[in-house]
Amino acid sequence: MSASQAATAVSHSDAVLVTRRIIAGYGFWIFLLSDIIMFSAFFAAYAVLSAQTAGGPSGKDLFNLTNVAIETACLLLSSFTCGLASIGARTKNSLWFYGAMTATFFLGAAFLGLEIREFAGLVARGAGPARSAFLSSFFTLVGCHGLHVTAGLLWLLTMMAQVLAKGYRPDIQRRILCFGLFWHTLDIIWVALFTVVYLLGVAQ
Amino acid sequence: MSDMKRHGNDVAPGDGPLDEGDTEGVGAYLVGLALAVLLTGVAFFIEGTNLVWGPSIPVALIVLAIAQMGVHLVFFLHITSGPDSINNVMALAFGVLIVMLLIGGSLWIMSNLNHNMMSGDRTMQMAR
Repeated sequence: MSASQAATAVSHSDAVLVTRRIIAGYGFWIFLLSDIIMFSAFFAAYAVLSAQTAGGPSGKDLFNLTNVAIETACLLLSSFTCGLASIGARTKNSLWFYGAMTATFFLGAAFLGLEIREFAGLVARGAGPARSAFLSSFFTLVGCHGLHVTAGLLWLLTMMAQVLAKGYRPDIQRRILCFGLFWHTLDIIWVALFTVVYLLGVAQ
Repeated sequence: MSDMKRHGNDVAPGDGPLDEGDTEGVGAYLVGLALAVLLTGVAFFIEGTNLVWGPSIPVALIVLAIAQMGVHLVFFLHITSGPDSINNVMALAFGVLIVMLLIGGSLWIMSNLNHNMMSGDRTMQMAR
């Protein structure tokens, strides 16, 4: 931004000097909201189909709440460490950034491992996505969240590598901001998911 | 650092107050973590307990989930009601509107369809 433009922006009393960080964060926030809307379509499909077990097992027969509680703990703690990593990035404290990002990665990987194990167990018991409409919508909804976590883990490693190679440049900082938003949003979707799919599924 | 400081009265989503060192930011995340752990714990406890009247459990679980999403939004994503994040809140409000229309509308339409198809179990099976 040139000096004259900056002067024009400041001269208005209620003018806002919009930084690229705010633009990037706001744009990514819009993307995340559309991602949430996509998830809400899968949630609606699951809510409509959850009783259609076609004579097969229902959620009450299949879900292991201990496993879900451990998954929830992993993802919640990873959301917390991701927040610590974003503070580390903004204060340019490498020990905090790398430490918290590593913790986030392992917690996210543990979540993903537990989910893959759960899916493999269901398929081995003959309760794969082809068994009933309930299981199709279950695998679509939970699997879509799992794919997001997988993409988030790859993004996390990319951000660690970029900070290592390029340092805390403003463009790298914007990407770390977007990554943090993405990871926290995944945890919000998981809150809806463990409540609607697992807890309500077992309670019924 | 100039790109990251807060200018005027706007803030990027995810940017909490971090002008006075890093301790304040950690506090918000700690409060958020404590509240989220509490709400999650209560949700898992309520599901398996006999202390609560049975039919109230699904409602309680949904209320707890919405409360926890609010906690995550405020303490992790830093979407607050302050004047500096009004754009973020407006976008969120629109997103929530669409989500409610989508989920509520789907359930409403499908329950109506189910109701109208009640003439025979066979018809229902075919309709699915």
